[in-house]
Amino acid sequence: MRTVITILAVAVLASVPLWLRDPYLLNALITTGIFVIGAMSLNLLLGFTGQLSLGHIAFFGIGAYVSALTSLGFDVGLPGDVRLVHTPWPPIAGLLLAIIVAGLCGYFVGLLSFRVRGAYFVIVTISFAEVVRLVALNWVELTQGPLALTNIPSIALPLPGFGELTLRTKMQNYYLVLVVALIAYLLIARLVHSHFGRAMRGLMENETLAVSVGIDVTRTLTLAAVISAAIAGAAGSLYAHYIRIIDPEVFAFINTVTMVIMVISGGKGSLAGPVVGGLIFGLLPVALRPVMAPEAQWIAYGGVLMAILFVLPRGIVPSLALRFARRRSGASALAPVALTETGAKEPA
Amino acid sequence: MTARSVAMTIDQVAVRFGGLVAISDMSFTVGEGEIVSLIGPNGAGKTTAFNVMTGFLTPSAGRVTYQGTTLTGLKPHEIADLGLIRTFQRTSVFPNDTVYDNLLIGLHRQGRVRLLDAILGLSGARASERRLRQKASELIEWVGLERRGHDAAGSLSYGEQRLVGVALALAAEPSMLLLDEPVSGMNASETHRFVELIRSVRDRGITILLVEHDMPMVMTVSDRIVVLNYGRIIAEGTPEMIRNDPAVIEAYLGHGAARA
Ligand SMILES: Nc1ncnc2c1ncn2[C@@H]1O[C@H](COP(=O)(O)OP(=O)(O)OP(=O)(O)O)[C@@H](O)[C@H]1O
Ligand SMILES: [Mg+2]
Repeated sequence: MRTVITILAVAVLASVPLWLRDPYLLNALITTGIFVIGAMSLNLLLGFTGQLSLGHIAFFGIGAYVSALTSLGFDVGLPGDVRLVHTPWPPIAGLLLAIIVAGLCGYFVGLLSFRVRGAYFVIVTISFAEVVRLVALNWVELTQGPLALTNIPSIALPLPGFGELTLRTKMQNYYLVLVVALIAYLLIARLVHSHFGRAMRGLMENETLAVSVGIDVTRTLTLAAVISAAIAGAAGSLYAHYIRIIDPEVFAFINTVTMVIMVISGGKGSLAGPVVGGLIFGLLPVALRPVMAPEAQWIAYGGVLMAILFVLPRGIVPSLALRFARRRSGASALAPVALTETGAKEPA
Repeated sequence: MTARSVAMTIDQVAVRFGGLVAISDMSFTVGEGEIVSLIGPNGAGKTTAFNVMTGFLTPSAGRVTYQGTTLTGLKPHEIADLGLIRTFQRTSVFPNDTVYDNLLIGLHRQGRVRLLDAILGLSGARASERRLRQKASELIEWVGLERRGHDAAGSLSYGEQRLVGVALALAAEPSMLLLDEPVSGMNASETHRFVELIRSVRDRGITILLVEHDMPMVMTVSDRIVVLNYGRIIAEGTPEMIRNDPAVIEAYLGHGAARA
């Protein structure tokens, strides 16, 4: 049943460029797809470990800048009369470096914050995003500051024997984003259904019990942070090479909020949740723009979010799945998710 | 117990919470393969002793060694990795997961595979998954919860949740098991069954330290009993010796009288 829905959904998504010719809509779908990848990575942390990264856009933005700088090259002066010169590399190398550098940043943020959890992680991630934004804004020699990095090359796929395929058209970029999104989806699915995913769930539900059976909290959470940040970095790289211009505004808090909204509305802790929530809130502005003034759009945006959470409080996907399961097994059956609070903590 | 090698040594352990002395100068040993009970009135310091042995609390003084390793400074999960596994006095399960998934989480120590193998679904990782699922089913059967396997653990009765707790601890492959009041909340027949379970655990060669208020049960299963009162050991010996020890009778009667 679930596989049928998944295959159908992928088939529909894959067919879109074949019948949708409007470049404006296709563009909206591509940027939405990139943000859906970001939302999926956020969900790995928020939905499967319970850790809220309120600076998640930092990993996305770092991916974007690393990828852009790798493919544009730079020449900056360091203290002590040293010059750091980098000649441009192919964008695909930028994508790989974006994943690695963002993953490393996830590692350090995790290391800094997972000794104490909860609010501490939230604060560290927010501060991290702000610091990175200030660096991007002020290290003008490297990043051009507010003047933005421009003329970022499009991604070119090396085809052994045939040279290269540079992805210039919207259709090509659409498929690139779709493929990366699918890989990210499968990666996260595999991860959460594995041994590591169970450790994450155990920690989220009852940390005391989880550590008592040998689960290493710091290691498990740091691993989740690394993978989450690396995926966000990949999304950022796609963004940079698609939009082809990037400035420090990419680090704006509102971008993290957008991802959080996508995850919460679609359903955190559900694999499909961020995809559904992401498509709705990514495309909503496109639907509202022709019919409303900009200020009214934000109000409508918030209204839709509240309406969803009022009707489907767990988020769209989990709430609908729950209703469907209830209808199937008759109203008598117990909810698959029990609401009992038995995760008692021993004095520690 | 004479010829047994020592599994755990508690050496002059003391725990203070601010001004309150929860444990003072506690020393005893548990032999390999032994069932030792730690008993005493409410507030005597039994759970606190467990928390020290499993790394949830750092003692104010003294130290605990397990199979030659000093536990001071180790984190709970590191101590679990030595095979020292505990259960909790208050029911403790992963409430939103099914009983079956609870046990899969409990099998964490046996299921370690490389991250990349798990993500790529390599055959080693898949074989390990199959083995874990098999083990989870066996454990469910062993505690007699077959019919509840697919229910959320949080929806089970109190007694059933206690069984899940014990099965979880066993899933972690203990060489020594610390049970904190495992039969509280169970009825007589459940308790009887549980005693059989404990014996079969011991027969697998697992050392057991038991905290329990149910005296008939303690007297039947224990090889040796350590009695705590106000954080001090007041008696130690075989069930017969403890039954007739004046200090123990005094502690319990005195406690009972104070409560009446
Ligand atoms: N984290 C803590 N902070 C302060 N005092 C504590 C803490 N944990 C336990 N105590 C106190 O230490 C003493 C021993 O408590 P403990 O829970 O070890 O007793 P117990 O023997 O397990 O009792 P019971 O049979 O009721 O479970 C009690 O007076 C208790 O109030
Ligand atoms: Mg206790």
